[in-house]
Amino acid sequence: MKKHWSYRLSVFAFLLPGLILFVGILIAPIIMSVFYSLNDFKAISGSDMTFVGLRNYVELFSRQLANEKGTLFANVNYMGDALVNALVLGALSVFIQLPLALIIALKLSKGIRGERAYLSIYFMPVLISTVIIGQLWMNIYEPDGLLNAALGALGVRDQVFTWITSHIHSTKMPFKGGWTGYKETALIAAFVPILWQYIGYHMLLMYAGIKGVPADLLEAAQLDGCTEGQVNRHIVIPYIKPILKVCVIFAVTGSLKSFDLIYTLMKDTRRAELPSTLMYKLTFLNNRYGLGSAIAVVLIVLCFAFALLISLAFRDRGEKVA
Amino acid sequence: MKVGKKKASLILVHLLLLVLVVINLFPLYWMLTFSLKDNDEIFGGYLKDDTGAIIYDASGEKIPVARNMIGLPRTWRWSNYTKALNTGNMGRYFLNSLIVSASAIIITLMAAFMATYAMTRLVWKGRKMMNKFFMLGLTIPIHAALVPVFLILSRLKLLDTYTALIVPYAAFSLSMGILISAGFMGDIPYDLDEAAFLDGCTEWGIFGRVILPLMMPATATVGIYTFLQCWNELLFATIFVSKGEYVTLPVGVKQLVGQHTTDWGPVGAALAIATIPTMIVYVLLSRKIQEGFIAGAVKG
Repeated sequence: MKKHWSYRLSVFAFLLPGLILFVGILIAPIIMSVFYSLNDFKAISGSDMTFVGLRNYVELFSRQLANEKGTLFANVNYMGDALVNALVLGALSVFIQLPLALIIALKLSKGIRGERAYLSIYFMPVLISTVIIGQLWMNIYEPDGLLNAALGALGVRDQVFTWITSHIHSTKMPFKGGWTGYKETALIAAFVPILWQYIGYHMLLMYAGIKGVPADLLEAAQLDGCTEGQVNRHIVIPYIKPILKVCVIFAVTGSLKSFDLIYTLMKDTRRAELPSTLMYKLTFLNNRYGLGSAIAVVLIVLCFAFALLISLAFRDRGEKVA
Repeated sequence: MKVGKKKASLILVHLLLLVLVVINLFPLYWMLTFSLKDNDEIFGGYLKDDTGAIIYDASGEKIPVARNMIGLPRTWRWSNYTKALNTGNMGRYFLNSLIVSASAIIITLMAAFMATYAMTRLVWKGRKMMNKFFMLGLTIPIHAALVPVFLILSRLKLLDTYTALIVPYAAFSLSMGILISAGFMGDIPYDLDEAAFLDGCTEWGIFGRVILPLMMPATATVGIYTFLQCWNELLFATIFVSKGEYVTLPVGVKQLVGQHTTDWGPVGAALAIATIPTMIVYVLLSRKIQEGFIAGAVKG
C-alpha cells in the first residue's frame, strides 16, 4: 500500500547520483567509442568526421598504420604485436606470479611466526605509484644502472652481454646494456617490476581465502593422516578456487589494460608496445581519434571475453570435482 | 631426530621469507639512498664544490670519488629534496592530488551509499538487475571512457581543471564502492529500518539517521580504496590534465623526471616525496587497507 508514487520517486532519487556518474562516464562513452571507432576524424571538435565502417579496425591490424598526415608509422603490425605482448605479460603473470604467490600464501597461512608482518611487507609495493616503480626500475635497467653494475661486480657482465647479443635478432647492434632498448629484453624487463609489485596483492587475496577454510575440515584431514601437500591439494586449493579465479581475471585483464609501467619505464614504448600505449600514441600524439576508439572497443570486448572465459574455465572444473 | 628436522625446515622457510623481504624492500632502500647522493657519488667521478666546479688537490690533480651505488650516502645531500620541492613544484602536485582524491572520495561515498541503500533496503522490482548493471563497472576498462570523455571535456573547456579528474575518478570507483557498501549495509539489522519507519521516519530519514551513522566502517574501507585508485592514477591524469597548475603527483613526478633525467639525486628525492606519505598511511592503517582490497576482490 505504501508504494505510491512518492516511494518510487525516492528510489529514483537515491539512485540518481550513481546513475548519472555511471551512465555518463562509463556506459555512454562505451556507446560513443563504438560510434567513433566507425568514423575517421582528426579534429577535437569532430567537424571532419566521416563514416568509414570497419576500416579503422582493418587499418589497426594491418601493417599500414598511418599518422594524421597519412604517413605510415612503419611496416609493422603494431596492434597485433601489442596484443601479443599484453597476452604474454598476462601468461607470465598467471604461470609465474600466481603460483609463486600461492606457494608463499600457503606457507604463511600455516601459522608461521610473524606471518602478518611478512604479508604486510610483501603487500607494500602494491600501494606505490607505478610511475615511481617505473622510474626506479629504469634506473636499474639503464646502461649505467644497478643491474649492469651488479653484473660487473660479479664479473660476468661481458659474458652476459655477448650471450644476449647472440640471441638478439631484431637489430644488428650488439647489446650494450640498455635492457629496455631491445625487443627481446624489453618485455621481460617490464615483467620483473610487475611481478615485484603485484605478487603481494595476489598473496594477500589467497592468504585471506586460505584463512577462511573451516578449521574442522583441516583437522579431519589431518586425523585421516593427510600430509601437508595432500591437504593443500585436496582441500585448501579447491576451497579457494573462487579467489584463484579472481586472481587470474585480475592478472589477465590487468595485463590487457596495463599502461603506467611501460609508459614510465621506457622512453620509447615501441620495444614492448601494449594496446594502451599504442592507443595513447595514435589518439593523443597523432589525433587519430577514430583509430584510438577502435583500440578501446577491442579492449572492452577482450576484457569482458576473458573475464567470462576464465569464469567458465573455473566453473567447469569445480563441477567435475563436485 | 624428527623434531630437529622440523626445526631445520622451519628455519629454512624463515630464511626464504626473509630473502623475499629484502627483495621487497631493497628498491625502496635504494631510492632513499640515491635521493641523498649526487651523480659523482653514485657513478664515481671527481670531487666538486657546490657550484659544480672540479676541486683540485695541491698537486693540481683531480680528486677521484669512489663509486657508491648502493651504500649509504657519504654526505647526506638534503638539498636534493629542496631542489625537488622548489624547482620541481612537488608541493603543489601533492596538494593537487590531495584535492582531487578527497573530492572523488566524497562523491563516490555519497553516490555509492545512496545507490546501495536503494538497492538493498528499498523494495522495488528490478533492484537486482540494477545492481548487476552497476557491477559491469568492475570489468569496464578506463580506456572505454578515454576518447569520449576527453572530447567532452575539451568541448566544455574543462581540460586542465580539477573537475576533469574528480568526476571520472568518482565514476570509476563507484562500482567497487557499491560492492563494498552492500556488504556492510547487509550487516545492519532490518529491524532498525522497521522501528524507524514506525516512528514516522521517511526513507530519507531512515537513510540519514539510521543507516549513515552505522556505515562509518564502510566509509573507511571505501574511502581508502578510492584514495588508492585516485592517488596513483596515471592515464586519465596524463591526458585530461597535462599542463597548468592542476597536475597531480604521478604526472608531476613524470615531468620532473623528464627534466632531470641525468640528475639522479633530485629525481630520487621527488620519488621519495611522492612515496613516503603513502607508506606512512600504510604503516598506520595496514589492516584496514588490506581489508579494503580483500573486500573488493572476494565478491568480485
